[in-house]
Amino acid sequence: MTTKTAKIDRLAELTARRETATGGSLWAEALRRLRSSKMAMIGGGIMAVFVIIAIVGPWIAPYDPTAQTWRGEVRVNAAVFVGPRGDNWLGLDHLGRDELSRMLVGARQTLLVGVVSTVLGLTIGALIGGVAGAALSFGGAAGRRLDTVLMRFIDMMLAMPSLLLAVSIAAVMGQSLTTVMIAVGVVQIPIFARLLRGSMLAQAGADYVLAARALGVRRRRIVLGHVLPNSLGPVIVQTTLALATAIIEAAALSYLGLGNPDASQPEWGVMLAQAQRFFDQAPMMAVYPALGIIITALGFTLLGEAMREALDPKLRS
Amino acid sequence: MSLLSVDELAVTFGGRGMREVNAVSGVSFSVDEGQVVGLVGESGCGKSVTSLALMGLLPNKGVRVGGRAMFRTGRGETVDLLTLGRSALRDLRGTQLAMIFQDPLSSLNPVVPIGVQVTEILTRHRGLRGQAARKEAAHLLDRVGIPDPTRRLKEYPHQLSGGMRQRALIAMAVACAPRLLIADEPTTALDVTIQAQILELLKELVDDQGTALLMITHDLGVVAGMCDTVNVLYAGKVVEAAGRRPLFAAPAHPYAHGLLGSIPRLDAPRGERLNPIRGSINDTIAWQDGCAFAPRCDFYVDECLRGTPQLAALPRGADGHDVRCVNPVMTGPPETTTLLDKPTTPEETASGGDDDPDGGDGEGPAAGGGTDEDTGTGSGTEASA
Repeated sequence: MTTKTAKIDRLAELTARRETATGGSLWAEALRRLRSSKMAMIGGGIMAVFVIIAIVGPWIAPYDPTAQTWRGEVRVNAAVFVGPRGDNWLGLDHLGRDELSRMLVGARQTLLVGVVSTVLGLTIGALIGGVAGAALSFGGAAGRRLDTVLMRFIDMMLAMPSLLLAVSIAAVMGQSLTTVMIAVGVVQIPIFARLLRGSMLAQAGADYVLAARALGVRRRRIVLGHVLPNSLGPVIVQTTLALATAIIEAAALSYLGLGNPDASQPEWGVMLAQAQRFFDQAPMMAVYPALGIIITALGFTLLGEAMREALDPKLRS
Repeated sequence: MSLLSVDELAVTFGGRGMREVNAVSGVSFSVDEGQVVGLVGESGCGKSVTSLALMGLLPNKGVRVGGRAMFRTGRGETVDLLTLGRSALRDLRGTQLAMIFQDPLSSLNPVVPIGVQVTEILTRHRGLRGQAARKEAAHLLDRVGIPDPTRRLKEYPHQLSGGMRQRALIAMAVACAPRLLIADEPTTALDVTIQAQILELLKELVDDQGTALLMITHDLGVVAGMCDTVNVLYAGKVVEAAGRRPLFAAPAHPYAHGLLGSIPRLDAPRGERLNPIRGSINDTIAWQDGCAFAPRCDFYVDECLRGTPQLAALPRGADGHDVRCVNPVMTGPPETTTLLDKPTTPEETASGGDDDPDGGDGEGPAAGGGTDEDTGTGSGTEASA
């Protein structure tokens, strides 16, 4: 746990220091670097395809994802699973539903879980981290106490393994899509809080903050106008990476049977969980959702990594 | 009474389980309106800590500040900067007191355009908003010699050259016509030519507005070119306080003498050895046990270790020439001193007998700020980025 905390703080500090050192309009520079990065283009491309499928999936799906198709004669010890064929490109699942349609429709649920839970974690985490960072830097003795209270709370959350925390939350709140979103989102809170706080602390010690103070600028203005805009770089990178983690964690929760029980809304994680029982007869049933999750997570990670590199001083030429 | 009079300012850093460090231990000096006062010394002698203490910018944890710093505000009240409340001090900063820092790049926010940073000060202290604030900001940039100010307002700090960044910072500092401007090594991060321009600009502002300038520097060239009076700091105490000419003509404290003697000159014969002050500053030497400079001093006598020497008027010295030494140097300047090349009055010519009048243009790298005469030549506009 200590190493995890230290790592996040270190990342924040490093990124923040680089911004101070190189100066410049961070965003324009980063965007230029992203455009010339192959990694960012591939990651961005995967993300774009995924988002488009998530939006138009239900309309381009060839069949109703819940409709069952007659799979031919049932015979003992025969392969009752229908593999890829002309009518069903990816075959049928154990209940005779079209796999392709289920994958296309399921993308939306998967994206929804990823985005909503990340936004949840980002909002609450950044709020806690921002308040703590501002309080510690500019709030005097009372601010230090507030920071201590907030950060010990965050440390408690960090101390729990993230999946265990998510499972406990899902178990307490019952089985639903909302539960999965909240559970995955809560896990992200401490990471964002630590990151933004560390980044803000590093910026609060920067010369331009001292210079602003020397000219009598108000503390609120210093925090909102100077410290915060400079601290956002690492948080934005973390958001991209968190999207990938959120999709995987949501799939994991579904796989553990804590996901959305509503069969009319297919979701990749649930599909993966159901395929487990038939893995020896129909391995393809597990491969499709698994590939979907892997490729999507890879896309987000590639983009996140590319952004981190675009913001990294040592890799700048 | 003068604009700012600092009396026995002491700053001690320390905390639980840490050895206490006396960064500043009893600094006294005063600044009058329209005066340029220098605070000179090597790294670690307490220059910057003094300025931060006056601005109230020291961290409030683990720092003890003692002494008094009486400042006369524009409304005619006299306040102690060291005991003033935080919000009262914040109102004072920017309007009455302002500060310019060493590194112009890191002192500007990298992700915010210059214009926003300038108008922010105008909004805070003068209540200007929108178009009026932008206009005034452009006017300010124009005044500090930034060409095409309206365009520059939209640019980010990295798009400006080093000299222009420092100009922008100076514009922000003088936006509300402060009564006292503290410049903490304002030219250290700049090229020699730009240094001269910035010093010229500061001088202009001082002359135009009657602003007092507290110049903190380790660059004796800057001191020679700018300051009316000079305070030489060593280990957190003023060891010599004098007018510019008396100091350069006849440095009395062995430390000041050594500083001036250590400046290399360009016209020195090839292979000539430099004259450094031996050893380095050491904060463990307390002034209570005698002179803190004694271990490094070439003019060391037994008496140096009998208690703290007092800052006293120099016998046979010029008016206001005080020195904290029991055995001051009375032989005139070290022979390498060329910073003040043309003594103007006869008695200074007499006291600065060793000064080679032909060596005036032999300015060493340490004297990068230029001398009196040199600062005037660099007033052209610098190339834009």
